[in-house]
Amino acid sequence: MSNDHGHHKETFISKYVFSMDHKMISKQFLITGIIMGVMGVAMSILFRLQLAWPDTSFPILNWLFGDQWAPEGRLDSGFYMGLVTIHGTIMVFYVLTAGLSGTFSNLLIPLQVGARDMASPFMNMLSYWFFFLSSVVLMSSMFVSTGPASGGWTIYPPLSALAKAMPGSGLGMTLWLIAIILFIVSALLGGINYITTVLNMRTKGMSMNRMPLTIWAFLLTAILGLLSFPVLLGGGLLLMFDRLAGTSFYLSDIFLGGGIGALEQSGGSPILFQHLFWFLGHPEVYIIIMPALGITSEVIAVNSRKPIFGYTAMVISLIGIAVLSFLVWGHHMFITGMNPFLGTVFLIMTLIIAVPSAVKTFNYLATLWKGSIRFTNGMMFAIGLVSFFITGGLTGLFLGNAALDISLHDTYFVVAHFHLVMGSSAIFGMMAGIYHWFPRMFGRTMNKTLGYIHFWLTFISAYMVFFPMHFQGLAGVPRRYYTFDILPEFAPWLDVNVFITMAAILGGVAQIIFLWNFFSSIFAGEKSSQNPWGANTLEWTSPVEHIHGNWPGEIPTVYRWPYDYSLPDMDEDFVPQNVPDEGSSEEIHVTPVNPVSSDAKKEPEESNVMFFTMVKNWFGLGRA
Amino acid sequence: MIRAAQMEEYNNNGKMHPKKFSLVLLIVGMTMLFLGLTSAFLVREAEGNWLHFSLPPQFVGSTVAVVISSLSMYFAYYSAKKDNLKSVTIGMAVTLVAGLSFVYFQYLGFNDMADRGIYFSPANGSAGGLVSGSFVIMFIALHLLHLLGGIIFVTVVLVKSLMLKVHKKDTLSISMCNTYWHFVGVLWIYLYLFLNFAPQL
Repeated sequence: MSNDHGHHKETFISKYVFSMDHKMISKQFLITGIIMGVMGVAMSILFRLQLAWPDTSFPILNWLFGDQWAPEGRLDSGFYMGLVTIHGTIMVFYVLTAGLSGTFSNLLIPLQVGARDMASPFMNMLSYWFFFLSSVVLMSSMFVSTGPASGGWTIYPPLSALAKAMPGSGLGMTLWLIAIILFIVSALLGGINYITTVLNMRTKGMSMNRMPLTIWAFLLTAILGLLSFPVLLGGGLLLMFDRLAGTSFYLSDIFLGGGIGALEQSGGSPILFQHLFWFLGHPEVYIIIMPALGITSEVIAVNSRKPIFGYTAMVISLIGIAVLSFLVWGHHMFITGMNPFLGTVFLIMTLIIAVPSAVKTFNYLATLWKGSIRFTNGMMFAIGLVSFFITGGLTGLFLGNAALDISLHDTYFVVAHFHLVMGSSAIFGMMAGIYHWFPRMFGRTMNKTLGYIHFWLTFISAYMVFFPMHFQGLAGVPRRYYTFDILPEFAPWLDVNVFITMAAILGGVAQIIFLWNFFSSIFAGEKSSQNPWGANTLEWTSPVEHIHGNWPGEIPTVYRWPYDYSLPDMDEDFVPQNVPDEGSSEEIHVTPVNPVSSDAKKEPEESNVMFFTMVKNWFGLGRA
Repeated sequence: MIRAAQMEEYNNNGKMHPKKFSLVLLIVGMTMLFLGLTSAFLVREAEGNWLHFSLPPQFVGSTVAVVISSLSMYFAYYSAKKDNLKSVTIGMAVTLVAGLSFVYFQYLGFNDMADRGIYFSPANGSAGGLVSGSFVIMFIALHLLHLLGGIIFVTVVLVKSLMLKVHKKDTLSISMCNTYWHFVGVLWIYLYLFLNFAPQL
């Protein structure tokens, strides 16, 4: 076989636009995801202004949205709902599904399993362009005269099924559906590629039990997507038929005012849509969080200089989460009048899913314990994920309980829960991945000090935004309300809303620091060495220069698992996967119970990090 | 080029060809789509207010056509593995004709339902404006869409076989076509049995 994989001629278009190289496609996903993220975050700040200062005029709103959507500098109530809807859609699908999984599955799957590219680079390219088209269609809905979809990101019928129900049910809703159908096509094309590449194209020696946990997470995420997105597609198709063909899958007998009268539709069931939606909707939570957990596993192990604690348990937990995620969708529907016995089944399944989630959390903590921790930017965000995953996960125990959920449903308690356990956690996992693999993407490192400032501002502001919402929710403050002016019982919470909005603005400013750091580092960041973090996985053996085919010569053979850190009697504290083992194959898996113990005796300060050392390291003043 | 080099490296490792494996995964996704929709059918039917009606008798002809096409497809695939090139072409041609017959029987079935007042949407004067007709027509149309993809695939392989490009050293395309065609056949039989018996569950 020839070794000229990277030397075929490429034009600007084939290299940067319609690229079939997984590394370039990962950057396309990342940058598109970042752009969508900026818009999603900006929308949240705009509607938070309304919640904090409902009677105040903001000329900037009028300048941005004109007299129709922001008359006299105040958001129109329908447009407020539109912003909430599009914010949710963008963050769930476009940032945390495509931006996260699309970026890192594309970047890491071929590189970490030892493949030249994805199984089908063409399908991979199509996957990105469907995603891009989907993003354009979604954002175009902001510019139609009736406004964007505004019935919430869950698009429950009948509001979403009747084009005349409200302005936001019109063309904006149709565009939303088209965008999501395009998105599903993109997700399926990508997911099929990811699964095929992992299962069929691993390099010699890369058995399943030597795969990095990132790959396990991406594989299971793709399987979840493959099994659940088609069901949402089915649900969306029926909704589309109800809107455009006059069917009544979800529409029961309905009388519309305004001279329209009774509709022809009858016999439909809006609850049916909820079943189809949440059959995707709940696995979607894990489609979002599992890649972040995989990234965190890798970043924590590398920067603790220890083997990941409980590799097998981590894999089994991921599989357990993936399986259980299909059996819990009903916990989103406790208040739809479902049979209490059925509700109990969903309740039990939901609480059981806490077990593998807790196993992962404890394994992260056990990996950190007595590690030679290096507080890189990536590591900080990975630890941040663990923090949010615990905080948000605990409130999941409340909401998974049907009796409590009935009173907490549709309050700010739910908003707090999922923004911590799914939103902030996954964002922090994504950030951990960006800081950690930036050198592999661009051959440079991001500015460490700016990274620390970004981390602390984001970490603190996220807690300041979402923690108070628990108390709002417990007090019964409902979500998705435009204003609480006419509800005097909620007046005491106005000050809290002001506090939350100010924290959200702080968090938004922190992202400007990230954007500056990210884009300036692409061109002017410090040049990175081949393996800046001393990691074991195969991507660090591939040259940073962009060659299509990943390795100029033969693909490396794998001889060991990816977590051989701090082995005793070794010159360096890491042994890459492609380093041959001197002993038998069985020895590959024999890892010391406490691999840093010998070092610990010599250099106690390495494993027992003092508080001030930690503070110095956080701010980049300690050891490199 | 990367593609050729990549396939050269991975074709001989004893695993299913990545393209065929991707097709199998695509079929898994399509299966989930139909499982989701048939589950929705059951959930909605259980709520009552549901018009029961028998499927058009023409669908028996569709079912026979799909079974014949599956047999001829397998015959073509088997012939390709034995390097019997003429039989490959005959098998693919029979498959194509049987596939087109299936489409024709579906068309007759649609007409039969329309004659009985069963339409996709109540705007067309559907019997009672009920949703059961919408579900059945949606299933059949969605399956037909998948089958039309199969007919294009069969046509492509038929043309390749006429150009003597389907033989035992290159069975990937006919193998994938075989897998997909059997899938749409099995899917139809599943839908046919489901729509016949599910209302009585």
